[in-house]
Amino acid sequence: MLLIRCFEDKVHEAFQKNLVFGTTHLCQGQEAVSAGALECLRDDDMLTYTYRGHGQVIARGMDPEDAFAEIFGRDSGCSRGLGGSMHLADLSLGLLGSFAIVGAGLPVAVGAAISAQLNERGQVAMTFFGDGSTNIGTFHESMNLAAVWKLPIVFICENNLYGEYSPILLTTPFEDLAKRAIAYDMPSDIVDGNDVVAVYEAVLRATDRARAGGGPTFVECKTYRQRGHSRSDPAKYRPDDELESWLKRDPIARCEAVLKTLDGFDASGIERIKLSVENLIDEAFESAASAPWPEVRDLSFAALRQD
Amino acid sequence: MSYREAIVAAQRDALRSDDRVFLMGEDIGLAGGPFKTTDGLQEEFGPSRVRDTPISEQAFVGAAMGMALTGYRPIVELMFSDFMGVCFDQIVNSIAKHRFMQGGTLELPLVIRAIGGGGVRFGAQHSQTGEGWLLPVPGLKVYSSASPNEAYNLLLAAVYDPNPVVVIEHKLLFSRKGPVERLAGEPPLVDGPKQLRVGKDITIVASLGMVERIEAASSELEQTGISAELFDLRAIRPFEPKLIVESVQKTKRLLVVEENHSLGGWGGELVAVVARQALNDLATPPERITLPDWPMPYSPALEDAAMPSVDAIVTRARVMVEGRRS
Repeated sequence: MLLIRCFEDKVHEAFQKNLVFGTTHLCQGQEAVSAGALECLRDDDMLTYTYRGHGQVIARGMDPEDAFAEIFGRDSGCSRGLGGSMHLADLSLGLLGSFAIVGAGLPVAVGAAISAQLNERGQVAMTFFGDGSTNIGTFHESMNLAAVWKLPIVFICENNLYGEYSPILLTTPFEDLAKRAIAYDMPSDIVDGNDVVAVYEAVLRATDRARAGGGPTFVECKTYRQRGHSRSDPAKYRPDDELESWLKRDPIARCEAVLKTLDGFDASGIERIKLSVENLIDEAFESAASAPWPEVRDLSFAALRQD
Repeated sequence: MSYREAIVAAQRDALRSDDRVFLMGEDIGLAGGPFKTTDGLQEEFGPSRVRDTPISEQAFVGAAMGMALTGYRPIVELMFSDFMGVCFDQIVNSIAKHRFMQGGTLELPLVIRAIGGGGVRFGAQHSQTGEGWLLPVPGLKVYSSASPNEAYNLLLAAVYDPNPVVVIEHKLLFSRKGPVERLAGEPPLVDGPKQLRVGKDITIVASLGMVERIEAASSELEQTGISAELFDLRAIRPFEPKLIVESVQKTKRLLVVEENHSLGGWGGELVAVVARQALNDLATPPERITLPDWPMPYSPALEDAAMPSVDAIVTRARVMVEGRRS
């Protein structure tokens, strides 16, 4: 979680230094969802996620330097500068793709789950999406297909209360999106998405069910986007005190408080972890920021394999 | 073998020779396909590999991409090309761009079979070829099958291509019969347009359902002493006009016949290439016969008038060659 937080804070800083172009979508406040859920995956499992997907990518183990370099448009980026902030992925880590169209990652994860069902290696697919995605067609088609074919997939809804700039009740008839699963006769869970252990426990039930042939699960993680939708959004539409009340439930601070009650953890140990994470991110940032630009060349090889 | 049988045979051969091949689509399993283009395949390969989907093109076309990323070679059937409109985001934004956005390293071996075309009284939402929709989309291959041989070989080539391929089939052609060349071992290669007939007076190019019409037209033209050189475009993407340009340099005339609207049809690009590379060879301006600029009407009287006809092809070719209206 710390790694994700530091990474995202650094992306924000990089934006102000004009190292990031176009737009970027940060996930500060939602780290417990990625950290808790991905802890349930095996190395050979697969996931899709969204343009707000840096958290999943870092939690899955992408080298932060490769991620920074991609966001900075450099040749050493995970996609050699062809993807950008909204398209961090690495097939070798099971990171199938980061989709910049709302809902587009869901059917792709369904396909990965069909593969898992066919190859009988006990793999699961996972797909992350926001509350806004539950109003788009691909969500419903994917939920239905996964249910009717009993696919090994976990749908993880990060309900951060805002679909882009609009509060959820302006666009959706209810706040508990797990209700959507009822229509597909799919088991579901609502968890405190800012409690990493709660997320882990709920998602583990879901991955266990999927691996045992029990089909898909919908897990709704109630969380909060501490920043605006994208870099150009100051999020002034939020009611007074809302941010403040959610900052009190910050997932990292809460985890820290729990850790301090355990044997073997103390304030200085936690400080040491923080420092080492900060150093790691600083180094990755510096290397990526000084990495060379991609050479301007014929890119048709990237559109299609030519042979 | 009929065109329909060739489509089934290609899929059967692919399923037999490679465990990674997988079929899904609406009514393709139990029913054998609304057009019987998967007839008998579920019986032979079972309901796990040949699956009936819900009516959810976004889900199963998107799922094909997920399967292709994770070790399989899915073939999906779109009952009508028109339904590409339903899953256009999956085709254009996800499938076509994924390799590029990931740095150009991954492979996406999937096939979308789209059954298209008019002439069967299905009205405006079930009669489009879809060729023009895919024309400006880098990252896809797009094949159009005009004969049983092409239906078989283009489809098998698509299955073994590491890139995503949309194969458009024409429903007017399902009962068309013809020889099918089946190569053992190596998957077939698709190397640009196919020359169907050698001629000296005019080059006529078509795709899909229009190919049999230019063939019929050329027989009539021959009786009036006009020798037409014919090409089946076969691949809309990658677009490879070289053979056609060389032909036009010889015949000095180009007539394009396509079942698309003029604006946005591939013939526009072909004429542009010919203008750039062979302008001084041309004896007459290049001509195109296309659909009129309105949706496909239902009434047989109106639909037949909208489709490029053999008569229209003959008439236009004669004017181009003889320099006068017949």
